[in-house]
Amino acid sequence: MSDPVLEIKHLVKRFGDQTVLKDITLTVEEGEVIVVVGPSGCGKSTLLRCINALEEIQGGEIRLKGAEVSKTSSNLAKIRQRIGMVFQSYELFPHLSVLDNIILAPTKVQKRSKEEAKEEALALLSRVGLREKADSFPRQLSGGQKQRVAIVRALCMHPEILLFDEVTAALDPEMVREVLDVILGLADQGKTMIIVTHEMQFARAVADRVIFLEEGVIKEEGSPDQFFEEPKTERAKEFLKTFTFERKRSRV
Amino acid sequence: MPDLGLEVLLKGKNMARILGGLGVALRISLLSVMISIFAGILMGMLMTWKNPISRALTRCYLEVVRIMPQMVLLFLVYFGTTRIFGWNLSGELSAVIVFSFWGTAEMGDLVRGALISIPVHQYESAAALGMTSGQIYRYIVLPQTVRRLIPLSINLITRMIKTTSLVLMIGVVEVLKVAQQIIEANRMNSPNAAFGVYLTVFLLYFIACWPISMLAGALEKRWR
Ligand SMILES: Nc1ncnc2c1ncn2[C@@H]1O[C@H](COP(=O)(O)OP(=O)(O)OP(=O)(O)O)[C@@H](O)[C@H]1O
Ligand SMILES: [Mg+2]
Repeated sequence: MSDPVLEIKHLVKRFGDQTVLKDITLTVEEGEVIVVVGPSGCGKSTLLRCINALEEIQGGEIRLKGAEVSKTSSNLAKIRQRIGMVFQSYELFPHLSVLDNIILAPTKVQKRSKEEAKEEALALLSRVGLREKADSFPRQLSGGQKQRVAIVRALCMHPEILLFDEVTAALDPEMVREVLDVILGLADQGKTMIIVTHEMQFARAVADRVIFLEEGVIKEEGSPDQFFEEPKTERAKEFLKTFTFERKRSRV
Repeated sequence: MPDLGLEVLLKGKNMARILGGLGVALRISLLSVMISIFAGILMGMLMTWKNPISRALTRCYLEVVRIMPQMVLLFLVYFGTTRIFGWNLSGELSAVIVFSFWGTAEMGDLVRGALISIPVHQYESAAALGMTSGQIYRYIVLPQTVRRLIPLSINLITRMIKTTSLVLMIGVVEVLKVAQQIIEANRMNSPNAAFGVYLTVFLLYFIACWPISMLAGALEKRWR
């Protein structure tokens, strides 16, 4: 078996005197899809931001194929090129066309040729059904289209791992599907991913392993069937209950 | 048709004098504008620093410029420096100093506003793509800042050109000054000259500022 893609050991993250992540240990293997769920404010976004070194960490270590990920390391930009991230709020660059959004980092950061990057960008855009939007500007796209472009922009850097932070949370319901389908497609291609989501059906379909985070601790971890069918902890049961509805009063 | 006294303008070298005066005013504006743009960009970057000392100093500077009427500043520089340091600055140089001092503050504030209006998300998503902070500034922050800045700074430039007429107060031969001289010289034979001459001056200013305003409007439409 090959080395793990990502190793997190005893990660501690504090904001002031509030400890948001307490001793997180997690290993992600090549081609594995991890879904992180948990109540609001439990530290899911913070975890992803630490993995991408957008936040400084106060303890433990994060390694990407053996290389240390840290906000203070000198080759930070190099490491970040190997980690793709898509955020909840659309963050395309408003002054660049869709195509230029995608090829900016491959050409300027990775110094790849413009022709080659463009060819790949167009192929990826076709795959997500947005080939004809290549010359549009972000403000001309719907939320779902923007998120698909943001995914393509991350993919075009050939990252070794992809991080998704509630990429559908800001979308209208009818646009959620088109974005989730793209992510399911990536899972089928064997991409290594960590996905934070509140879409439980999707989580179950896409995950190889589910992590339940609460108050900065991994409370439970298991296969999707096991986690959604028979969660081991009370907390997980309660959490899953918040997604189902039942009537207390019997019908007349 | 009422007599506007426009024939005064056509007498002797009068038209040439008015145009020459406008030239001086435009030269003062142009120099001050160029100095203000460059110094203002640096000032704006300085204003975004978190350092409390640079923050207090730049705030003070901006407040002083905003509270003091330009005329007071002009007198201060033109007469004040002669009194205190014994320098003998020309009216034109004093004007350039005062307008640059003012323009740098205003421009700096515009640059500061444009810089801080770039959402933190833009920095983060660029960083997440592996860009260094230099690349983030060059490809993400600066282009967006400039787009926001151009319409605003053109508005400032138009204001600066208009304000140049203040220079009159310390005797630079400038449009209104020339106009006044012409009016004085022709008080007897053309009593309506004041109106005609001021109308001409107004038109000249309009011609200088109007294309700039149009350009500002067009750019604003394209980039908003
Ligand atoms: N920059 C910050 N400064 C201070 N506290 C922060 C900061 N960012 C997050 N926090 C705190 O850290 C905790 C975890 O936040 P985080 O955004 O990771 O939660 P989350 O699990 O992603 O929640 P949600 O599901 O609502 O997105 C919260 O209590 C939040 O208030
Ligand atoms: Mg979050």
